[in-house]
This record gives sequence, structure tokens and C-alpha cells, in this order.
Amino acid sequence: MNVILIAVIVLAVLGFVLAGALYVMSKKFAVEEDPRIGQVAEVLPGANCGGCGFPGCGGMAAACVKAADAGSLEGLNCPVGGQATMEAIAGVLGMEVGASAPKLAVVRCNGTCANRPRTAVYDGVKSCRVAHTTCMGETACAYGCLGCGDCVAACQFGAIKMNPETGIPEVDATKCTSCGACAKACPRGIIEIRTVNGDNKDAFVVECVNKDKGAQAMKACAASCIGCKKCENACGSDAVHVEGNVAYINPEACTLCGQCFDACPRGTIASLSIKGINRKAIEKAAPKAAAPASGAAACAAPKAPSKEWKPIEIKYDAALLPSQQVLLAGPKDISNPAPAAKETTFEAKRTDAPLAPSQLILLGLK
Amino acid sequence: MKTFRIGGVHPAENKLSAAEPIKVAELPKVAVYPMGQHIGAPAKPVVQKGDKVKVGTMIAEAGGFVSAPIFSGVSGTVLKVDTVVDASGYAKPAVYITVEGDEWEETIDRSETLVTLKDKPELTPEDIVNKIKAAGVVGMGGACFPTHVKLCPPPGAKPEWVIINAVECEPYLTADHRLMLEKADQILVGVDLLMKGGKVNKGFIGIEENKPDAIALLTEKAKASYPNIEIVPLKTKYPQGGEKQLIDAVVARQVPAPPAIPVNVGAIVQNVGTAYAVYEAVMKNKPLFERVVTVTGKSLAHPSNFLTRMGTPMSQLIDACGGLPADTGKVIGGGPMMGKALLNTEVPICKGSSGVLIMNETEARRGEAQPCIRCAKCVSACPMGLEPYLLATASSKQMWDKVEAEDITSCIECGSCQFTCPSHRPLLDNIRMGKQTVMGIIRSRQAAK
Repeated sequence: MNVILIAVIVLAVLGFVLAGALYVMSKKFAVEEDPRIGQVAEVLPGANCGGCGFPGCGGMAAACVKAADAGSLEGLNCPVGGQATMEAIAGVLGMEVGASAPKLAVVRCNGTCANRPRTAVYDGVKSCRVAHTTCMGETACAYGCLGCGDCVAACQFGAIKMNPETGIPEVDATKCTSCGACAKACPRGIIEIRTVNGDNKDAFVVECVNKDKGAQAMKACAASCIGCKKCENACGSDAVHVEGNVAYINPEACTLCGQCFDACPRGTIASLSIKGINRKAIEKAAPKAAAPASGAAACAAPKAPSKEWKPIEIKYDAALLPSQQVLLAGPKDISNPAPAAKETTFEAKRTDAPLAPSQLILLGLK
Repeated sequence: MKTFRIGGVHPAENKLSAAEPIKVAELPKVAVYPMGQHIGAPAKPVVQKGDKVKVGTMIAEAGGFVSAPIFSGVSGTVLKVDTVVDASGYAKPAVYITVEGDEWEETIDRSETLVTLKDKPELTPEDIVNKIKAAGVVGMGGACFPTHVKLCPPPGAKPEWVIINAVECEPYLTADHRLMLEKADQILVGVDLLMKGGKVNKGFIGIEENKPDAIALLTEKAKASYPNIEIVPLKTKYPQGGEKQLIDAVVARQVPAPPAIPVNVGAIVQNVGTAYAVYEAVMKNKPLFERVVTVTGKSLAHPSNFLTRMGTPMSQLIDACGGLPADTGKVIGGGPMMGKALLNTEVPICKGSSGVLIMNETEARRGEAQPCIRCAKCVSACPMGLEPYLLATASSKQMWDKVEAEDITSCIECGSCQFTCPSHRPLLDNIRMGKQTVMGIIRSRQAAK
């Protein structure tokens, strides 16, 4: 009995002493936090996607309060909640919020397998980041989409998907929150977070980032920008400029007149809207290299490699080695049942394979 | 028998062309010279379209201290200064020369007579280094580090030995082996020159035991006339040709992690091909414009060793070996372990092109990656004592701080981990990507300071 009593008393006394200590410390070392931060955080979606550029919604809330104290919420945008959320935040903070222009992730490459013939097979890790560092890619374009889907994996909102027909990712404008995760994931900087117009998300975009000279870019891809400046000359509002052999349309200056779209001889400039992408049909689309006997098979190859390339039943002898990434021989032509041996050899593929020269050492990019 | 202490693997040697004497390759029709053939700043072209050049004419000057000039290996007219896809797959600036005849610069001594240091005792170490620098000699093993830079140690470092890398641990390649058998005297003079240029009194030539004829020949010749040069037979193990591994194997010293370099532990390491190039540069006044290249592969009709002018497209050498086999899966510039699969056989032979390997389709195919079974074979195989499974996974998850802390920058990219992995995991792919990213981060951090 006595033992139990002593134990209870000791514990009770300990409890009171420690509780008192905790109380004193919580008062003495209290962290002053602006109560508005909590209120703003409640308005935010709580996805913690980082799309606003801050570490999660808490970071964004703190930034909003700080900006409000400084007098303006300009430059802050919650890509997930959009305008409505920003208005709610402004309401909490007693501020006015200006209309922020909607943004959209735009894939600036239309090097589909029809437009851009494959000249090699990459058999390394299926990651754009690795492909970019270890080999130039499967086509003659050193700038274009590698097609391994790092952007798709990076998207938290299911807004970007790889189109199996073209091998190029496509952005769903209704789902895209312009958080920029895909743009960050792309090792070649192809994806741009671009200001678009109105609820329709209209924009004109040059779907190419190839900085090679015209002739080389033309050889590599049927949809490449060749830097001909027809768009630049057609533009009435000084929005289009060709720099480093590739055109860029400045979204701030663009008036959506569509002159550049009509002027482009390569169908490289596309018109975007929430409904999808509209491209000009160009008749002489396929470049010479794109139309060998095996044109169709080459196109299908990225998604449906012939049986030849299935990585099965490999008897590795000790000599089999790690370092190489690129299978040299072009994909075997499955649609063409009896190709002359000469044509399918590596050599034949190589001789007409265009070189893809560029002025930049791409490995250093990004 | 000596070897390096940790890690290493034993790939099948496949030295198919070891018995093939070195043949002189035909001149190309158009020779192409990329400007970035070495580590460091790319060279700057000094010729223009239409200029006439001879064999041995300088076509590009060094772009900095860590850089090297480039010399024409052919005579003819400059066709254009443009770009070419090099072994990396990306296009780099290059000079194209249309070949006309074979006219050499008069300054080059084309005689076969052997000139030793005894014949030219007036050469000072500075003369030697300057001649090496002017001749554009770089490491011929593949990394292409400018040779004169290695002979000018940073303040505080005192070289004690010159170690010649005659290991040729890459499977298939036999260029160095043949060179040792056919140019042993010249190589020994080259080593002597490197020792004098680096102001050291002791030289080692490390040769793996799978080349007993080269060991015997060089030992005999060194005993006769070069008492300061010692031939060190080494146990065959990949990657013994790695600079740090070779130092460990020969003199049992370990190079600390970067920024320490081999000369900090007293060693100047040079490839055996470099020693030969040094001999020719200093004694024969011949700049670096040709080298021995092994063209090999199991399906190739005649695996061979060629003495090739630089700028020759690889396709021409392949044709000289009987043409590209029908079952070609990959064409690799370099050896199977560290070489790079090429996108194009028109890639020109450069200063660092030690071989062209044709893999057939079966060989070229990679195994399907399976989950890691935690066997730690990669850890045992890593000659740098790293943990490849960890580096690969952390790199693929973009944990750059983590991989930097785990010393990813020490990785020599030898591929032993991937070679030994029973699950065929693409370890080196991911590690390369991680290493490159981390190096970029480190560079930008230093730039910000």
C-alpha cells in the first residue's frame, strides 16, 4: 500500500513540476507567427506541389503575408488554385489582386517519328536525363525531345502524357497547372511555361528548339525551324525573333494575329488553345532521310520495336559489356519483309544518315 | 606479382588482333579534325577555307594552357571549317581537309634511324617540355590529357617517378601491345625523354602478364641500355590501366580524392603510346598526327592494327578489315568497357581513338535489368572503393547532395560495377548522369564564390 502511495505521489509531483516547466518555456520561447499565415494556408489547396516556387503551401502563405506587408501580391500565383485562390488570399489579407495571365506548359518539339526519322536505337536507362548525358538520342536532332518521359513522370496532375503514336509528350491544357515540374525535368529545356491568353488559353508557339543551321535542321526533322525569318518578317507587332537559327514568339508582344502561323513554310509554328494544338499541314512534310524504304517501320520503332530488339534470352558471355548506350544498327524493318541485306546493314543506314551538327556543346546545357 | 589492391574484374580478354603486325592505313579522301580532341580548352582553328596544308602543318592552335594544338595528318586543301559529330554524338567544331597527294613538312625527319638522348645530350628538360607542347602531344590512352601539363607539376608537388602505362587492360585492344613489340627502342627513348622532361631519375613500365613477349623484349632492351627504367609485370586485372590503379599497383601509393592529382604522390603517369609520340615529337620533329588503332570484333573478317593518320573516318578502317559485318549490333569507339557506342561510322580517328570495336547483335544486347539482390558484387568490384548500387539509385532519384557526399566524383567510370552485376542493372548509366550533374553543381558553386 505504502509503495503504491509513494509511486503515485512521486509521479504526480514530477508531472506538476514538468508541466510547470513546459508552461514557462512555451511562454518564454514562444515563436511569434503572424496569425494571417495560418489563415492564408487554409485558403490554399494544400497540395504542397511547389508549383508556386515556394516549399509547399506553408511557404507560399508566408510569402503572401510578407508580400502583403510590402504592399502588393504581384508575382505570386498558386498554379493549382488559380485566380480564385489568389482572390481568396487577397480577401484574407485585405488586398486587391490583379488579373494574372494564365500559363501553360508547352512542348516545343514536334519531332514525331513521322517527322524525325530514327537513326539509332538507344538501349540505355529509360530516362531523358541519362539519355541526354550518355548519348545524343535516337535521331539526328541534338536538341529535340528524347521521348523517355521524364516530364510525364514529373507531373503531379496527370496533365502531360506520352503520345504512343508520335513519341512526343502532349499537355492537357485543362489539367495543366503550370507548376513547372515538367520544364524542370526536361534536360533539354524543351518545355516552356508560357503565358497564354484568356480562358481559351490561346497562343502561337514555335514548336522547335533546334539551333542548327537551316540545312542541317531540315535534314534532321521535317518539322524543324530553319531560321528562315519569314515569321519574323510577317509579324506586325515585333513579337517574333529568330535567334541562333531558331524563332521565338514573345508571348507578351504577340497579338494572336496568326501571320507567323501562315507564313511558316515548315509548319513549325502551332496554334494552341484549350481544345488542343492546331498545326498547318505541309505537303512536302517528310524530309529525304525520313522516307527510306523503311519509313513507316522507323516511325513505329520507338513504341513497337521488332522482335529482334526484345531483350530476352541473352546468353551473356563474359565479354559483354556495360558502357555502351546506343545500338547502332537502325531498327530492323518489320513491314518490309525481304529487305536487301545491303540496305539493312548499318553501313547503308549510316551513309545517308544526316549529321547533326550544332554550335553548342549540348552536354553543358542545363 | 603486383596489382592494385581493391576491386577489379576479369573480363574475357579477346585480344583477337594481338598477332597482327601494324599496317599502314590508306589516306582518306577527306580528313576531318575536331577541335576538341583533348581534355581542356578546345583548339582554335588557324586555317581558312582554301588554305593549302601539308602533313604536319598546324591547323589549330592551343586554346589555353590545358589544351594542345592540332596538326594535319594529310596534305591538301582546307575544304571548310564546320562541325562534325564526334564520338560523343554531339556535333563539335571541326576542320575538313580534302586530301591531295602526300607532301610532308620539310622539318620532319622521316628517316628510320634511332636517335637517343646520347646523340642529343644538349636537350634540356625545358626543351623537351616545349617540344612536346608544340607537337600537340596528349595522353594517347583515351583521356587525352595534354602531356606537357603533366610534366609541369604544380608548386609543392615533387615528381619521383615516371610510370608508363603499358597495361592495355581493355579487352580486345592490342594497339599498345603491337607498338611495344615493333617500336620498343623508340618507346624506351621516349620514356627516357619523359624522365628527363619531368626531372626524375626512375621510370617504370607497367605491363600486364598477358603480354609476355612485350615484357621479355622491353626487359631485355632496358637491361642493356636503360638501367633506370624498370619493367614491372602486373597481374592481369581490369581496370589496371586507370591512373590511380596503376600507381597503386606499381609503387603502392594511393592518390587521395580530388583535387589531389598523381604528382602529389610523386608519380607522372603516361601511356606507352604517348612515350612513342614524345620520341617522335622531340627526336624526329614530328607532331602528333598519326597513331596506332586497333580495329576488331568477333564478326569482323580481319581484325587488324593500323598506323592511321588522324582525321581518317572509322568507316575506312572498317572497310580495310573486310567491311562491316552483316550482324553488326554496335560500333564502339574505344574498348568494350569504357568505349562509347557510335552513332555514325564517319567519326574521325582522333588523338585518343585507341580502337574501333564491332560488336555483333548478340554481344551488343544488354541484359534486362532486374531488381537489385543486395549481393554487393559491385561494391567488391569497384576499384575506387565506392558503393555503386547506392550512387546509381541516389542519382536516379536526383539526390545530388547524397551522391556528392558519397564521393561520386571519384568514380572513374570503368564500368566494373555494371559488368559484374548479376541483375544487369544499368549502374554506370545512372552514375555517369549523377557524376556529370554533381560536377556541374560543383562548378557553378565555385563560380558563385
